[in-house]
Amino acid sequence: MPITTAYEAKIERISILDEKGNFDEKLGKGLIPDTDLVKLYEAMVSCRQLDQVAFRLQRSGRMGTYPQNMGQEATSLGASYVLRKDDWMVTCYRENCGLFWRGVPKEAILLHWMGDERGNAMPKPHWVTPIYVPLGTQMLHAAGLTMAARYKGEDKIACTFFGDGASSEGDFHEACNFASNLKIPVVFVCQNNFWAISTPSKINSAAPTFAQRGLSYGMPCLQCDGNDLFATVYTMKKSVEYTRSTGLPCFVEMVTYRLGDHTTADDASRYRDKAEVDAWKNRDPITRIRDYMTARKLWDDAKEAALLTKVEEENAAAVARAEGIDAPHRSDFFDSMYAETPQDLVVQRETMHTHSLGQDPSQLPPEAQERARQMAAEAAAAHANH
Amino acid sequence: MANLNLVQAINLALIQEMEKNPDIVLLGEDIGVNGGVFRVTEGLQKRFGEKRVFDTPLAESGIIGLSIGLAMGGLHPVPEIQFEGFLGPAYDQICSHAARMRSRTRGAFTVPMTIRIPVGGGIHAPELHSDSPEAIYAHTPGLKVVMPSSPYDAKGLLVAALRDPDPVLYFEPKRIYRAFREEVPEDEYTLPIGKARTVCEGTDLTIVSWGASVIQCMQAIEKSDKSIELIDLRTIYPFDMDAVAESVKKTGRCVVVHEAPLTCGFGSEIAARIMEKCFLELEAPVQRVAGFDTTMPYYKLELDYLPDANRVTRAIEDCLAY
Repeated sequence: MPITTAYEAKIERISILDEKGNFDEKLGKGLIPDTDLVKLYEAMVSCRQLDQVAFRLQRSGRMGTYPQNMGQEATSLGASYVLRKDDWMVTCYRENCGLFWRGVPKEAILLHWMGDERGNAMPKPHWVTPIYVPLGTQMLHAAGLTMAARYKGEDKIACTFFGDGASSEGDFHEACNFASNLKIPVVFVCQNNFWAISTPSKINSAAPTFAQRGLSYGMPCLQCDGNDLFATVYTMKKSVEYTRSTGLPCFVEMVTYRLGDHTTADDASRYRDKAEVDAWKNRDPITRIRDYMTARKLWDDAKEAALLTKVEEENAAAVARAEGIDAPHRSDFFDSMYAETPQDLVVQRETMHTHSLGQDPSQLPPEAQERARQMAAEAAAAHANH
Repeated sequence: MANLNLVQAINLALIQEMEKNPDIVLLGEDIGVNGGVFRVTEGLQKRFGEKRVFDTPLAESGIIGLSIGLAMGGLHPVPEIQFEGFLGPAYDQICSHAARMRSRTRGAFTVPMTIRIPVGGGIHAPELHSDSPEAIYAHTPGLKVVMPSSPYDAKGLLVAALRDPDPVLYFEPKRIYRAFREEVPEDEYTLPIGKARTVCEGTDLTIVSWGASVIQCMQAIEKSDKSIELIDLRTIYPFDMDAVAESVKKTGRCVVVHEAPLTCGFGSEIAARIMEKCFLELEAPVQRVAGFDTTMPYYKLELDYLPDANRVTRAIEDCLAY
């Protein structure tokens, strides 16, 4: 036989609770206990409300550029719910819901987008990495973090999130290849939200699915409805189970949709149709769960009203904490550059507002030396007092 | 003549050169339908079609690597890297290939391309959207590095870049994209790459700067009662040392101002060259006003990081006090 089949593959797509309310009992029954479902729903509502608050903060000049998460709550939340709390979660910047589920303080995310590095100072027990801005770079870090954990004898795995756009970057392919060949247990989650700013996902991949990107690295691949919390939980359970038991990576595509603009600096109406957005609004992950819970008498209008009041209060408190933080000292950015600040940087810090850089104060003329001494003393005192 | 801001001046230069030269093609992330995140390429895909203005997958190394091939194949590609902070993945293609192709093939292959890159801080942007990496590329032999400080210069320098036979990194200071307008001729003109502009003449002291910092320098000069000469380099490499030396020989004093970090910033090269060319005429050591040797802070502190008119003023005073 001159021609044989060298390789054949199929990609399974998982959907449990669809946008019309159809529920697959076989896959979905017992998947998420009712008490958990209520909590997960509350987490999505809270995340959505904070997203809207953040949008308004930006519009009123109280926050810098902000990327809305709206519509994608069920992706990272499903992963976060399934992962062990000490597994690494290595995300991009549209996974707020999953991070909050882990206990990352809301003000940390707000502070990042308020232009304050202290938002990234997340305490280690959350096992999450700071927000990543250049796309497609973090997946290699997820592989490294997991490899380090294994090296130290820990049995944790990592789950890394990235978008359809980021999967065009070279680093994405290197991460998949490394994880496969070096046998590193990472669950790669491609959050396909259809738009990389104005670039439609079809420009980022000509293949019918993003899930099949994993095939070429020998990984098991699944696709799921990313707006269906049951489906994301089911898919993550399968994937995490595989990766934890085999120590090998696997690949998931969650098909979702970016309901908002790319960021507050973007205007998506320039490049996509309102009809498309409206169609996806009907597939909203939050209303889908609410309708399901209502039908099952787990939820009602009174609970909804109480929840909204509660999240408004909680989120307002998070905003207050973010905005209430002391202004950073003017020389704050010098202090975390190295474990020990080099002397040259100390001089720059202490003279940053007094005279030219690179200047040895003793080389200044006497009058300028005196002025520089006074200003440097004031700056040093202010730094010490801070 | 039209009264244009920097974005419009670049847009006009692209239109006029694309009409003249059918081999110019534009590529990058979001440059087509969306007209670029800063709208620099607004309307160009509509005007010239998807064959000449096209969106790429999200991959900077890919964008530059493909452009190198396009250039070796006889076109003049104009790739856009969306923000200077995303140059990282493209560094290998730019420095290992674009910069060396002519030399290592002794001219058999060349890479005529113009890489457009928004640069610098001051617009409250997220991290990796506010850096000033021009010195890294000035340090890489084989590249030309251009940074205009005004709409008029932006058009003339871009036209020159689009006609240049070698790779040009054309940095666009985003802080002054829409900060002011000036008269920009509709008629064709070029500003030679490698020639500085004397913004204002003076006899007491020379300031050398480029990009958005030129505006801070002008503010400091307006406040000063001294006679200060301001040289806008326009081109970081090759740079117009003749203009700098001529001025410093006249004034005997020099302050260099740039946003990029101090150490190995291009001000270091200027200061060293002044030592070599003007040692006997110097009345004071060259002073530098630059970004600090730290990571560009998030926007809460970016104005403390960026050189401002006050810091320039203190450097002028220090330099004149000798």
